[in-house]
Amino acid sequence: MKKWFMVTVVGKDRPGIVAHISEALYQGGCQLGEASMMRLGGNFSIMLMVEHDAEAKTLGELLKAPADALGLQLHVDEIEAHLHEHLIPDVSVMVHGADRPGIVAQVTQVLAEAGLNILDLESDVAGTEQEPIYIMHVEGVAAEGIEPLELALDSLVAEGIEVRLTPIDTMIA
Amino acid sequence: MAVLKILVYPDPRLARVSQAVTVFDKELCKFVDDLEATMRAGPGGVGIAASQVDVLQRIVIVDVSSKPKISSHGRLVLVNPQIVVSEGSLVGREGCMSVPDYTGNVVRARTIQVVAQDEFGERQEYLCEGYEARAVQHEIDHLDGLLFLDRLVSRRRDLFRRKT
Repeated sequence: MKKWFMVTVVGKDRPGIVAHISEALYQGGCQLGEASMMRLGGNFSIMLMVEHDAEAKTLGELLKAPADALGLQLHVDEIEAHLHEHLIPDVSVMVHGADRPGIVAQVTQVLAEAGLNILDLESDVAGTEQEPIYIMHVEGVAAEGIEPLELALDSLVAEGIEVRLTPIDTMIA
Repeated sequence: MAVLKILVYPDPRLARVSQAVTVFDKELCKFVDDLEATMRAGPGGVGIAASQVDVLQRIVIVDVSSKPKISSHGRLVLVNPQIVVSEGSLVGREGCMSVPDYTGNVVRARTIQVVAQDEFGERQEYLCEGYEARAVQHEIDHLDGLLFLDRLVSRRRDLFRRKT
């Protein structure tokens, strides 16, 4: 029986990681689902939905050769796929400021309390080593509407965090 | 009125270019009624093009009046529409009844001036902006065989500009 797995791959970034991993999966008879892959700092990270007619252990063995060759850490979990159930985000939140401990915790906690379900979060540490800046972009569903989120963000702005909320009005035609 | 079947990507028929309407008759009015019923039957649909129901005629309908807090012309039937002026640009999220379960960001002109005929063949002119302009541009693309998938910009790294 076909099963879905979440394959996580992490390692020092170098060219060819995606090509080698996906080739091994293809040759092993796997089907790919949705994925998020990106360079974070000097590392490359893959989160990839894989459908395969085997156990997690077998899938791990399939990927062992390319992972070892490229110096990658590998992790496989069996999951339920739930494809074709995309939620449509209705709000975008941009945060930026001098990097300091606790920004993400502080921002996401007040947003969660105000009803935000995060669908997508990406963040970067930019600037210089001496003066790092932090940039975060969140998209999500405002379960209780935009207003509670705006109120929640006001409290963050008062504390000196640059944060900007923009409604996403998806046009379906 | 009948709800028509909507073609779904990757159906190659969605890529065909539609032809100008030359005959304005009862049959055309009936088709426009059916097309409108089809648009309104779709979940949240604010626009539709004839090519989405496999009719290769340059006809679109847009009605964004269900959306609160935006200016609009209400029900717009645009036959042989032409964008004669377009200004500015905006990134916005779009979905399509012909592309289920996906939304993505597309850059569109902020304001457009559209010249078209109505379903009776009368020349009309509209100045559309923002959300309505986006819907009209999305639909006219359908007449040229284009989907919003052909115009996607990155979901990451895009800037949602502050409204000024």
